Amino acid sequence: MNPSRPLSDSQGDAAHAFLDGVALTALRRDMLRFAQLQLRNRDAAEDVVQEALAAALAARDRFEQRATFKTWVFSILKNKIIDSLRDGWHTRRIEPLSAEDEHDFDGLFNAKERWQKQELPANWGDPERAAENQQFWAVFEICIQRMPDATARVFAMREFLGFEVAEICKEVGITSSNCWVILHRARMILRLCLQQRWFGEENSR
Amino acid sequence: MMSCKKATHLLSQQLDRPLDAAERVALRFHLMMCTGCTNFSKNMSFLRTVCARAGGKS
Repeated sequence: MNPSRPLSDSQGDAAHAFLDGVALTALRRDMLRFAQLQLRNRDAAEDVVQEALAAALAARDRFEQRATFKTWVFSILKNKIIDSLRDGWHTRRIEPLSAEDEHDFDGLFNAKERWQKQELPANWGDPERAAENQQFWAVFEICIQRMPDATARVFAMREFLGFEVAEICKEVGITSSNCWVILHRARMILRLCLQQRWFGEENSR
Repeated sequence: MMSCKKATHLLSQQLDRPLDAAERVALRFHLMMCTGCTNFSKNMSFLRTVCARAGGKS
């Protein structure tokens, strides 16, 4: 499938007619962002969004309430993303983290393993407020990109696709404790990056 | 008292598994004394909320 192909005229008309007042552009934007966070590739993200929208439009008779439409389309999208991720798992195995990786965040703590003064976590306020800001999402995406591939995949399965840890272990062949370490590491990277690139900047604005 | 580093591990893990009673007590005690980890805990909830929002939940 041509990754950059927009919806065809008939698909587009159907979508607009169906979505009515709801902005298809905004929905597509949110879907693309969600897919790109996980697939880390614009073309692959365009593909799954296209497939999900086409599948949703084909079955649109089943949905009358616009309030549930976004949730429903996203559930289709999640399945497309899982399929796409699964294709990659066989070629890109997830290696257990070594003890060395654990020391990456040592600089945040002093010798007694308490927070260094300048690294004390700040109160970030209301997440809903940040989520309404498109600029926040641009920074969020940059921060997700900072994660190593395998770490980002495990994090995506847990936080974006809603897998339980036991399911992740089974899917990618790692132990629970290794999975917890990987997820912790992912959250540490994301937290530190948002602190520096979003909340730090916000305070200085 | 539990170290901040250990507390961050538990604060992350409690998003992925139920903590046992001893862990919960030690963590609660630590959070009472530590503003940094209290904010870290809120940061973790923040991350979970925005990740859910990215996934189309409104």
